Amino acid sequence: MTEQVSMLIVDDERSVRESLMHWFLPEGYRVETAAEAMEALDKMKDSSFDVVLLDIKMPGMDGIELQQRLKEIDSQMAVIIMTAYATVDTAIQALKQGAYDYITKPVDPDDLSRLIRNAVVQRRLVRENLSLKEGIRSLISVEQIVGESRQIKEILELIQTVAQSDVTVMIQGPSGTGKELVARAIHFNSNRRHFPLIAINCGALTDTLVESELFGHEKGAFTGAQYRRKGKLEMAHKGAIFFDEIGNIGPKTQMDLLRVIETKRFTRLGGNQVVEVDFRIISATNKNLEDAVKDGTFREDLYYRLNVFNIQLPALKERASDIPPLVDHFVRKFAIAMNKPFTGVDPQTMEWLKQQPWPGNVRELQNAIERAVVVGKPPLITLADLPCPTGWRASSESVADEVLPLAEIEKRHIQLALNKTGGNVSLAAQLLEVDRATVYNKVKKYSLSY
Amino acid sequence: MMLLVTIEFAGKREIGRLCDQLEARFHTEVKVTRCAFDSRAFFDLARNQYFSSAIIERLEQDLQTGDSKVLAVTGLDLYIPILTFVFGEARLNGRCALVSTYRLDNKFYGLPANPALLQERLIKESIHELGHSYGLLHCHNQECVMKSSTYVEEIDFKSSRFCDKCRAQLVK
Repeated sequence: MTEQVSMLIVDDERSVRESLMHWFLPEGYRVETAAEAMEALDKMKDSSFDVVLLDIKMPGMDGIELQQRLKEIDSQMAVIIMTAYATVDTAIQALKQGAYDYITKPVDPDDLSRLIRNAVVQRRLVRENLSLKEGIRSLISVEQIVGESRQIKEILELIQTVAQSDVTVMIQGPSGTGKELVARAIHFNSNRRHFPLIAINCGALTDTLVESELFGHEKGAFTGAQYRRKGKLEMAHKGAIFFDEIGNIGPKTQMDLLRVIETKRFTRLGGNQVVEVDFRIISATNKNLEDAVKDGTFREDLYYRLNVFNIQLPALKERASDIPPLVDHFVRKFAIAMNKPFTGVDPQTMEWLKQQPWPGNVRELQNAIERAVVVGKPPLITLADLPCPTGWRASSESVADEVLPLAEIEKRHIQLALNKTGGNVSLAAQLLEVDRATVYNKVKKYSLSY
Repeated sequence: MMLLVTIEFAGKREIGRLCDQLEARFHTEVKVTRCAFDSRAFFDLARNQYFSSAIIERLEQDLQTGDSKVLAVTGLDLYIPILTFVFGEARLNGRCALVSTYRLDNKFYGLPANPALLQERLIKESIHELGHSYGLLHCHNQECVMKSSTYVEEIDFKSSRFCDKCRAQLVK
């Protein structure tokens, strides 16, 4: 069933108001009339209108001024100005101030009908568009950043500020503190939110892979390139690109990236056509890039290009007051996801949770709660439901007394290496004497936190 | 009983045929009479037209208790203030309706007279305006007599019959 069109007719002449009202009523419209501006504004307090037919000349507040006031109340309302003697000045003034159209009295019935129909359709489209955008916003909304500490409030303010601009952002902080979450919050609060946020895990890419990943390739560019493929930079057009673990990219990629950031132009591998792109860059790292610049492992010019606006995320232990709200948030989240009626954690467990070091930060806390929701019995999570993370064990504590599955030993050992290196996969790989890809595979296999 | 009032309208034959149609469509007796008031009171010198809404108001004032509905037919050119012209007017759920033949006549458009077409248009517009007085809104069915018409070609396109939906509402 179509929604009833509502119309307000504002004219100081009774005969105009009434005859127009009777002309529009058979259309099935809800029609109200007002003899002057204040009456019209009063009517706006109680109801909204799709279309307002407004006489330009009225005693007291004239139609142009009333239009401004009405638009302040409802900016999407279609205002049609009626004038007996249209002058170019008044017409321009009315349209400049947002009138949908203006008509010179008398008007042909067919023209008026068509005008009203179009105004209604436009108003409906605007409303539908806003509603769809709202729908999309809810679909793409990011996970809530939870916390009441001073540090988190400052970060939320920084996100709001930086989201409104197109400035390049670098997010720094230990592993598991929510760098990607912050990047998503920045993107989905920006004007680019209706375009994609393309994330690239630089740690997982070698110099040779990164070129085709970033720039894409033409058909036949290399063996196995059977089709033209868009790169991540091209996919991020009009949106944003998120370089996670930017500190792990090699020298060649650093140089390529610097060129693209400067020119926003590149060619696909094996191609000659220059592709122009418009994207925002957000990067994240858990490394101290200033040290890397000093060591010469990271280009200084690229560092300054990427680090225009810096956001530092604190470790969870530096904002321990946020642990209770985070715990409550994760319990709610996983209870809903797993359809288990958990209401929270018991007070003793909460105290214990608050006292732990959480070297893997929020991600580790989240994993602990997820596990507890899996194994625990509703309604409260208890200490028995929580894992004892490997990294917290005293180094002297040995697992030799108990015979564990080999996979469990491997999982714990990799977690220990990750914890010792502060989540740095490259360093962990060096300690374990394996390559980074192996560490990434194991992290994925065992759902490890780093 | 329905009252058919003529205002400055000389077409006896058209009125007779219109009466027959209205009696058949609305299942009521139709009585014809000439208007008792001077239509010059509704004349606008600047526009050279007659104010339709004011005529409707006057008809309402003159209503007799026994009349269920009043349809006035006129040869005058009608207007309401914002519009250049109207073919007719009726109040939704009101008791009076008004139809003008002035712009239904081919001669107005510089075409040869076509009495049969004029009769058909008069019947359609009369039923249409009376439909409003029975509470019917404009209909989206292209062939229904309650389809809104802002120029004569639209009147010619639609039929003089109510669609099923409008008829059901009228009966109710």
